[in-house]
Amino acid sequence: MAAPAGKRGERGVRAAVLAVLLFLAWVLLSGHFEPFLIVAGAASATAVAALSWRMGVVDREGLALELLRRAPRYHAWLVWQIVRSNIDVIRRVLDPRLPITPCVVALEASAGDDLGVVVYSNSITLTPGTVTMEVEKNRLRVHALSAEGAADLKAGEMDRRVCGLTGAPARAQ
Amino acid sequence: MIADALSWLLILGGGGCVLVGGIGVIRLPDFYSRLHAAGLTDTLGAALTVLGLIVQSGWTLVSVKLAIILVVLFFASPTGSHALAAAARASGLPVWPGTGGRP
Repeated sequence: MAAPAGKRGERGVRAAVLAVLLFLAWVLLSGHFEPFLIVAGAASATAVAALSWRMGVVDREGLALELLRRAPRYHAWLVWQIVRSNIDVIRRVLDPRLPITPCVVALEASAGDDLGVVVYSNSITLTPGTVTMEVEKNRLRVHALSAEGAADLKAGEMDRRVCGLTGAPARAQ
Repeated sequence: MIADALSWLLILGGGGCVLVGGIGVIRLPDFYSRLHAAGLTDTLGAALTVLGLIVQSGWTLVSVKLAIILVVLFFASPTGSHALAAAARASGLPVWPGTGGRP
């Protein structure tokens, strides 16, 4: 289900923030600071933000400002998980006995909206050893390289942290 | 000197991850488990390599661009992996017979 459409003023704020971000991207990626290019960049950024606003795509999904405050904490944890699971998969691949126990498990994302489900399924795929094969509403089918990896997901810590990020109430798996 | 050593360590570490990813793609039994080995290449392999390059280029706009590449990669690569897995599943590719759970 989609997030409810925001109020008019809220969408305006989002569009303004989008314009500033686009302009920053322009400046950082071009590396040119001549007045003409700066003005052209500002004009393009404003035009794109205005078009996005008219198209109605600057909503909670298009520009998730709510998540910014809680994002560093989630991403720090996610990076740590990525490093951990990388080491685990490297160990399994290099072990002469190849100690893998592939399995397919069904999971349910507690974050009810699309944004939370996407964050959850992408986080699962981003940690090596687990890949989301199928997403249907908030039910996920996940392929894991090891039973331990699948059990970790079943324990639901990532699910809880995604809920903490998007502000949805966590459910027990 | 220290920066050079650090960047070499990072780049070599990244290269090592990519190498192990390649070995994994050969050793693992089926498409789905090989995706996990490919995951080594586009997470820690790519991250360490790009971090090493950032250390090489120091406080410049090039570093900013490298950082943006890393961020884009971390959004794009799971999306790509998922698309591959979903396509394999949709076209009816069976999982390795030793796979547990309900496929």
